Amino acid sequence: MSKVVVAMSGGVDSSVAAALLKEQGYDVVGMMLRLWSEPGREDSNRCCTPDSLALARRVAAKLDIPFYVIDAKNVFRETVVQYFLDGYARGETPNPCLVCNRQIRWTFLLDHALALGADYMATGHYVRKMKDEGGRMKLLRAVDRSKDQSYVLYVLDQEKLARALFPIGDYPKTEIRACAEKYGLPTAARKDSQDLCFLAGEDYRNFLQRNAAEILKPGDIVRRDGRSVGKHNGLANYTIGQRKGLGVASPVPLYVLGKNPVTNALIVGTREELGSRDLTVREVNWLSGEVPLGSFRAEVKIRYTAQEAEALVTPVDGNQAQVRFEAPQRDITAGQAAVFFRDDVLIGGGIIV
Amino acid sequence: MIYLDYSATTPVDPRVVDAMTPYFSDSFGNPSSVHRYGQVAEAAIDSARETVASILHCRPDEIIFTSCGSESDNLALRGAAYAVRAKTGAKWILAARVEHPAVTRTLLHLEKYDGFLIKWLDVDEYGMVTPEAVSRAIGDGTALVSVMYANNEIGTINPIEEIAGICRAKDVLFHTDAVQAAAYLPVDVQALGVDLLSLGAHKFYGPKGVGALYVRKGTPLVAQLTGGGQEFSLRAGTQNVPYIVGFAEALRLTNKEREQRVTHVKPLRDQIIETVLETIPDSRLTGHLEARLPQHASFAFKDVDGNLLLTLLDAAGFACSSGSACKTGNPEPSEVMNAIGLAREWGLGSLRVTLGIHTTTMDVDSFLNVLPGLVEKARKLTV
Repeated sequence: MSKVVVAMSGGVDSSVAAALLKEQGYDVVGMMLRLWSEPGREDSNRCCTPDSLALARRVAAKLDIPFYVIDAKNVFRETVVQYFLDGYARGETPNPCLVCNRQIRWTFLLDHALALGADYMATGHYVRKMKDEGGRMKLLRAVDRSKDQSYVLYVLDQEKLARALFPIGDYPKTEIRACAEKYGLPTAARKDSQDLCFLAGEDYRNFLQRNAAEILKPGDIVRRDGRSVGKHNGLANYTIGQRKGLGVASPVPLYVLGKNPVTNALIVGTREELGSRDLTVREVNWLSGEVPLGSFRAEVKIRYTAQEAEALVTPVDGNQAQVRFEAPQRDITAGQAAVFFRDDVLIGGGIIV
Repeated sequence: MIYLDYSATTPVDPRVVDAMTPYFSDSFGNPSSVHRYGQVAEAAIDSARETVASILHCRPDEIIFTSCGSESDNLALRGAAYAVRAKTGAKWILAARVEHPAVTRTLLHLEKYDGFLIKWLDVDEYGMVTPEAVSRAIGDGTALVSVMYANNEIGTINPIEEIAGICRAKDVLFHTDAVQAAAYLPVDVQALGVDLLSLGAHKFYGPKGVGALYVRKGTPLVAQLTGGGQEFSLRAGTQNVPYIVGFAEALRLTNKEREQRVTHVKPLRDQIIETVLETIPDSRLTGHLEARLPQHASFAFKDVDGNLLLTLLDAAGFACSSGSACKTGNPEPSEVMNAIGLAREWGLGSLRVTLGIHTTTMDVDSFLNVLPGLVEKARKLTV
């Protein structure tokens, strides 16, 4: 009997994932990570509050599987939170969930699962895994496209994919909820949220203010031609495409177009200046493990919540790739990931420069 | 699964279950009732009290049945502290740093809400409270001294007779928490010379949910649970007859079979200590080598997340425990690890292995076969 560790959160998705695997005859073990929270805010961390811990424990008891909590506070602080702070310090808008998936879930936790003797690790992600004729692992978008979470998993490689199971990716969310009811699992999952777990439901700006006030340096707001039009209170306080709250008097609405970390300038412009057809990504990961030969057409997603857009992707040296969209895209944001799909298959992705 | 956590709790002896069974649905009377039902129930707890008294070498009316060891500690400490202060005004309480939380948190509570003053007694590197430490700290304003008979985490046995002698000479009340000790050490209150002694049944193959407090005749004590006049008006509430019967039967068997139980567990325990220290690098014994409970082995492993080690052991089929054990993934070195002077990188990696009457040579062999590899695994994963 294959042994599988399920990364549990107390939520409906990972609970049903565990239940499905148990029903399929796996030897299932539940694990939960204790992640870092700001001192004094442990009760608000979205991923591992005492409440969600108790919930996950109840689910494990109901399914009659062992359940363990693994301390990941230090490693999470040193990798994920540090990445988040470093990204903003560089003038980017980082997505720490990507690092969490790569370093914490699919390295730290996977190592623990394997040490426990597991053959596989499963999560409650809405995504599918398949093996092609050559034995290579492929990651596919979830059947329920509205719930698809493949974007955050472009960081996986063949070795990790071989160990991964995603039992709920084949079902629509409604069926998962029905499943939870059938097994008598808690269905009153916390509401879906894109908030970062360690922000404890707060605006990220407050978090930066408390934890890295030194990166919030006031500077100039400039137009593309370098003309100064106002003052900003720290680049990290603004997002690409932002219009409100710039404090700049202008006859036409102005939007944040970009950031120049070297001059600490916030670049603004009109709506017409917003879009771009080109972007470059760094630290590209190709899920097949091999760099594609030449350019290829793909649907590219530039943010977790963005609609995919048609583009031509060209791998270039040094782990980079160039993306040329058919139509200009708004709000291309340095630090976020651009992820490439062909049909439903996740080809790869990288960090927008 | 192999159970190696008998200091956490023990399975109820089937003979104890047999003794308890009639008192649930057949002889179910309330011991306070006048009628025959009540008389039968009262006879059962009287008989249980006599059994316990004969083993503790005291009078039956010096035994108060409670709901657990923690309640016994609470009644002893709060009850004596209030009573002594009312009588003499003394408000200092002395206790070891390594006491069970049932003692330490009760004392912190007395300090915070009731104006008592606590002097924490230091322990030596084995976690032992020396008579000298008590001598130095005890004074005119001391209301009460509390030192555990044997330590739950590291198994060290304290010199209770000597400490009791010091307290007696100063006319200060002395309480000992004997919850861990009673499974293997004699609890003769005359030989020990204590005024108050706490017990809990589930550590010696009795049921959870029942304990007892020995209160030497004449010891000033204020009830902490008031109501009906049960337990000599020191602990109100209808007595839990089947559990009290179970307590007495479990203690009787423990006393009767003490020698053979010690003979069974001690060589196995010694084998564990010897093998672990020999085969696992950066490992050490915590607690005293000789003055320790015979079923108790405890270790510290450098740079190991103790919680993770427990997880790996559980997954491999062995149930153990750790001083820093917690189910929330938030490990901290225990007070005991700090008190015996272990640095954090050692204190987080504690492991407690406690044996019992059902432990076999094969259990110990297979445990010792897997442990070194799992420590190594945990060490690699600990960051």
